[in-house]
Amino acid sequence: MTRLGAVVIGVALALALAAPFFLKPFGIYLLSMWAVLTIAAMGLNLTLGYAGQVSLAQGAFVGIGAYTVALLTQGGVPFALAFIAAGLLCFIVGWMLGYPALRVSHHYLAFVTLAFTTLVFLVLRNEQWLTGGIYGINGIMRPVLFGWSTGKALHFYFFSLGVLVVLALAIWWMLRSPWGRAFVALRENPIRAASVGLDTRRYTLMAFAVGSSLGGLSGALYAPLVQFIEPGSFAINMSFSLLLMVIVGGSGYFFGPFVGALVAVLLPEWMRIAEGYYLIVYAALVMVMMAFCPTGILGLVDRLAKAAMPNGRSAPAIGAERTAP
Amino acid sequence: MASFIQLLISGLATGAIYALIAVGFTLLWQTSQTINFAQGEFVMLPAFFVLAAMNWGAPFWLAALIGIAAALVVLGLLFKLIVVDPMLRYGVLPLVISTIALSLLLKESVKDFYSAQAQAFPPLVPDADVHLFGAVVSTQSLVVLGVAIATVAALHLWLNKTRTGRSMQATAQNPALARILGIPVQRMVLYTFLVNAVLVAIASILISPIYLAKFTNGETLGTAAFIAAIIGGFNQVRGAILGGIILGVLDNLSAAYLSSQYRGAFPLLILIAVILCRPQGLLGRVEERTV
Amino acid sequence: MFRSGLFATLIGTAFGLTTPLHAQSSVYIPAVLELSGAGAVSGTNFRDGMLLAIDEINAKGGILGRKIDAPLLDTQSDAGISRAQVQKVLDNNPYVILGPVFSGSVLVDMALTQQAEIPEIVGGEAAAITQKNDPYVFRTSFGQQFSMPKIANYIRDGVKAKSVAVIWVNNDFGKGGRDTFVKEMAARNIKVVADVSTESGQADFSADVVKINAANADAIFVYLNEEESARFLREAKKQGVKAPLIGETTLLGQKVIDLAQGAAEGVRGHVGLTVDAPIPAVQDFAERFKKRYNYVCDHNGIKGYTAVYIIKHVTEKIGKFDSRLFAQTLHGITITPDDEPGVLMEVTFDANGDLDRQSFLGEVVNGKQKIVEILPKLGK
Repeated sequence: MTRLGAVVIGVALALALAAPFFLKPFGIYLLSMWAVLTIAAMGLNLTLGYAGQVSLAQGAFVGIGAYTVALLTQGGVPFALAFIAAGLLCFIVGWMLGYPALRVSHHYLAFVTLAFTTLVFLVLRNEQWLTGGIYGINGIMRPVLFGWSTGKALHFYFFSLGVLVVLALAIWWMLRSPWGRAFVALRENPIRAASVGLDTRRYTLMAFAVGSSLGGLSGALYAPLVQFIEPGSFAINMSFSLLLMVIVGGSGYFFGPFVGALVAVLLPEWMRIAEGYYLIVYAALVMVMMAFCPTGILGLVDRLAKAAMPNGRSAPAIGAERTAP
Repeated sequence: MASFIQLLISGLATGAIYALIAVGFTLLWQTSQTINFAQGEFVMLPAFFVLAAMNWGAPFWLAALIGIAAALVVLGLLFKLIVVDPMLRYGVLPLVISTIALSLLLKESVKDFYSAQAQAFPPLVPDADVHLFGAVVSTQSLVVLGVAIATVAALHLWLNKTRTGRSMQATAQNPALARILGIPVQRMVLYTFLVNAVLVAIASILISPIYLAKFTNGETLGTAAFIAAIIGGFNQVRGAILGGIILGVLDNLSAAYLSSQYRGAFPLLILIAVILCRPQGLLGRVEERTV
Repeated sequence: MFRSGLFATLIGTAFGLTTPLHAQSSVYIPAVLELSGAGAVSGTNFRDGMLLAIDEINAKGGILGRKIDAPLLDTQSDAGISRAQVQKVLDNNPYVILGPVFSGSVLVDMALTQQAEIPEIVGGEAAAITQKNDPYVFRTSFGQQFSMPKIANYIRDGVKAKSVAVIWVNNDFGKGGRDTFVKEMAARNIKVVADVSTESGQADFSADVVKINAANADAIFVYLNEEESARFLREAKKQGVKAPLIGETTLLGQKVIDLAQGAAEGVRGHVGLTVDAPIPAVQDFAERFKKRYNYVCDHNGIKGYTAVYIIKHVTEKIGKFDSRLFAQTLHGITITPDDEPGVLMEVTFDANGDLDRQSFLGEVVNGKQKIVEILPKLGK
């Protein structure tokens, strides 16, 4: 961590804290959505960016987490417990889904996880006795924590931001630990990682499980944020846009998901000036962005920073922690 | 029994369409590692080229030719030059994102610039019902089945019997070696994109009379094509046919005899089973090349 | 550096968005609609009907001298995005909000509009919408709890069926209708012998028709969206389905008849809002719609059109732009075409925001929807 990096993080955090005071409820809602989705994208970044496994199941985990919290809290379980249960459940399911990842990789894994997402959607829609089926679950309450109600938009935003910061610190710590180094080793050179005695099976499963549980925790916040959930929200499109966040932000960069989620949440809103054509413009922009910076925004920043310092000692831009492949 | 045959024949017709789409999908994958998430939209779009040409006054046969030509240019040439080529060297993922965005772009463009409404589409043959073994089959389904099988058979022959076809196969299997052998690899890759464009255009013209032309048509077709391609074997034209037909028939049988609410689940379960037990697909070879 | 740049832009843009865009000379009536995604057909029909009415009204000087400013906000057919968009327009103090059409989205947005005390005129038909004691939500068509009993009576008295097969689309529209319908059948001692769920966007209906044929019911109730209705009818004709096919609004639309290419012949059912109603004002509207947009309007187009005229009438009645007074006045009001030609048909709102209109029993004869019976308003 360089001094420049610390300054940028500090400024960003200050902005995240100050911004809502200048915004109306709509802006605060968008920021909350950003915080919530960043958590899921961070999880996917772990599976994809660090462990190198292409997953299209992250949206399904957000759904599992959201339904867990909605059903448990409506059944009278305190939010904190339901929140932990959502993370735990997704950890277990993610671990199990990781097994195919041991056998197949690359595009095959993408399709296994795509199939999983659709299966989860079908179960959520068809098992009406449990999930409310196509009608979804309405009137999900925002949690009250230690007597502090997060019912107001501003309060819920700070709550989500707090959860995001805590989880980000936890992941940061994890990646600095021997565990995390093993993840990176796995991505860079799985054969070598195995030859130096890493249990690649366990680490692959672990990457999947931790990534999935972050998806679940994100869903645990999504449900009280929107206060209504329906199966369609967690179909394949959610997984696609989470993947988009990770890649556009910069896969494998710690802060990639933060930037990517910001782009994915806000870009369509900015594009609304194009009125009826805003989705066309949005799609075209994503394609252009992929063509010109396929390593994502932080990858581009990284590259520019390196170009600016030709003596090889790059000034690590914010989050430019990715060890080059 | 009659109803079983009914389901079988309808399933075959649907499956033949899946096969057409899946073949193009696997070709692109083999020669350029393009996982085209917009493949379904590629099938949706040519029908609108044809309709647009007919709105300008062209008779159906001419409009169909214009549709195929437009597909060649837009979905073959331009897709390769503008979308795939700039990203090829960055690996699979940026291209995946790009084709997902492309599918949104195509859907929204058709919706905004043509219509959100489903459009009737002229049939290739007059609609009539044929009785076969106690089942009723429309002539349209038979035409779909016939044309799809003929197209794939012709493609198979072309790939195996002509010099160009064999060069394409060599490119698909080992581009480095193909280059050493003096095969113009870049041109071969372009050919696969053009072949894919023709296949999706044919599929589009075949199904639109039955499905009706609508901007959302690609959503189910694209996924069906992936599944068919993987079940059959990602690197085999024959495999895609088998996969498509299994999928079409299975979908009908499971909806009728197992559960209609979960009809979408059965192909996915087979998909997962195939990937876990025989990742190269039912007819596929083990892929030697790392991606 | 980059992130702070984005944040600055975010704050700037958000400010831009939150500045009231409407001048004093106009009235802000935003429309939050399904303009893309699964609900795009319904949403665009609603939009086009609505814009037609707005242009007519604005050409004549607007409402109480103020032009209608109706920006369109796309929900992408997703409840979460719909909530965001409603929040966005609520920040700008709207007079009334139009849309959305998907019942799931309506149910989310209702909580916000009720809190802000802004009336919302929606296209959703799910029964639950008007059962929440929300004084700010209003329908533009029958809720399923009113249309299904009419169908059920017709199946019992008109068709005299003892058993019925149901085929429905498994989305929020189809499932809601199916559940209400099955309940009504039980109340009338009519047995549901087949209950077939289909997917939205489904193309091949052979398996579903095989199942329905095997059930051998006295009547078949079809509750699908337009294109799927057309595909189903063609497959049913092919496999020689004998029992009468009964539907609700969507099955008998001219679009379905055209797309089904002859297979819709003899289909019967209840029609709430239809451009084929034997009412000159409706037919005149349908013609203007077709002329401007080059396609045939469905019931959602009529919903959008009449919603705007309902706003105009009520506002002129209260003489000012007061959202709360608007909601109070709309409850219990009856608007006749003499009062306001734009409502097309006499309409009465009850205390829950449900409406009551004439409706029709129709049959497809020679490729046209023929109205065989006019069902009076329920309150009469």
